[in-house]
Amino acid sequence: MTEPRIPAAPEVQLSIRGLSFYYGNYQALKNITMDVYKARVTAFIGPSGCGKSTLLRALNRMYALYPEQRAEGKLLLDGKNLLDSDIDLNDLRARIGMVFQKPTPFPMSIYENIAFGVRLHESLTRAQMDDRVEWALRKAALWDEAKDKLSQSGMSLSGGQQQRLCIARGIAVHPEILLLDEPTSALDPISTAKIEELIHDLKQEFTIVIVTHNMQQAARVSDYTAYMYLGEVIEFGDTDDLFIAPKNKQTEDYITGRFG
Amino acid sequence: MASSEHLSKQYDSDLDALRSRVLQMGGLVEAQILTAVEGFSTGKRELFDQVIDTEPRVNGYEVSIDTDCSHIIVRRQPAATDLRMIMAISKTVTDLERIGDEAEKIARMSKQIHERDRLQPQRFGEIRHVGNIAVQMLRQALDAFARMDATQAAQVVREDVTIDDEFRAIVRQLVTFMMEDPRTISSALEILWIAKAIERIGDHAKNMAENVIYIVKGTDVRHTRYEDLEREAKS
Repeated sequence: MTEPRIPAAPEVQLSIRGLSFYYGNYQALKNITMDVYKARVTAFIGPSGCGKSTLLRALNRMYALYPEQRAEGKLLLDGKNLLDSDIDLNDLRARIGMVFQKPTPFPMSIYENIAFGVRLHESLTRAQMDDRVEWALRKAALWDEAKDKLSQSGMSLSGGQQQRLCIARGIAVHPEILLLDEPTSALDPISTAKIEELIHDLKQEFTIVIVTHNMQQAARVSDYTAYMYLGEVIEFGDTDDLFIAPKNKQTEDYITGRFG
Repeated sequence: MASSEHLSKQYDSDLDALRSRVLQMGGLVEAQILTAVEGFSTGKRELFDQVIDTEPRVNGYEVSIDTDCSHIIVRRQPAATDLRMIMAISKTVTDLERIGDEAEKIARMSKQIHERDRLQPQRFGEIRHVGNIAVQMLRQALDAFARMDATQAAQVVREDVTIDDEFRAIVRQLVTFMMEDPRTISSALEILWIAKAIERIGDHAKNMAENVIYIVKGTDVRHTRYEDLEREAKS
């Protein structure tokens, strides 16, 4: 960076307003209010149990399977509250996709891993589907490695390739937001670097939210960082500012390794 | 400075060691200026040699402290205050090394003046005076660094104006000398170089003080108006 950065005013994609989350009687998120910006990468960092994964999972209502878990407040996407009961969860998860910590390819071919989700939402011709699969694999930087073995099982890929397959599967349905829950914690440094590079490319088209235990990773890949502790967002801001000159003492202690 | 300690005791002790080495280097450089200015006033040959002989040690400090900074960056990936301190230390040792160079310059020039013995440097009390201000600034900058005191650092920056004023006064005086008696020109020019060296020492001390404000407040105050800098330092 040779010239001073002039931050372009980002557009808000998702507004989190007064979000609280409960596991039964335990309150895991306390009245969180923040914005997720469009075509930017937002990272949630914080010590184990701070609520960062809970917050990520709340964003596409992953918790809905568990009756004792509930969220209060508002998650506003295009002016609509995603927590409303009339929201179709399948549609929601197509708009807000998720990739998990451990690669979770379906036990089917590489091609089908991607086509499967697309068929749930769209009816495409064979040729259109071929194009979509290729597009998704190219976007996920997996095409060159996978193009000659599309009919082989997704499980035959390496860990890093499997994770990129999951990302390809996630973006194949053209989501607006992609949620990444510690996507590289099970990967080696080379695979991790590839995923990080991918995140950088993907943010041209998608809004990305990532949870990571690795602070350096948050610093490398994200535009905005939220530091969370005990279910609250302690500090949220531009990633460079937060890592160079955090405003909050707790943030400072955590990122400098003084957290005891 | 963040009050609590790092989870890693080794990290704490590495940073402490780095800080104390900067202060040692600062002490060495401070002694260099004092000795050089003393040499200018007294003409004692051994003082000049002392300043010149110290130079390699100062250079050694610069290189080894910078190396330590690189090691900490690569091993610890410092963030926030720690990152700002490493960045600032790396710049500060450059300033200290330059101050050492200026002190050496003062010593060499003074030696020449005394060897030729044409102009009476004793009449030039101003050099000692402005030299003392420069030493004072350096001492304060080091003190502000040791205590991470942004307010004290801001005072150093303000002091730099005084040195600049004194320097201009010396220039005017030297010009008068040279016009009165052209035989003094070469010595007067040497005194001018000495005054300029001292003025530069003030600039470096000012840079060091600005680095302290950066460490403590996280704001880059270089090239800002003094009023803004002071407000930032006291915020």
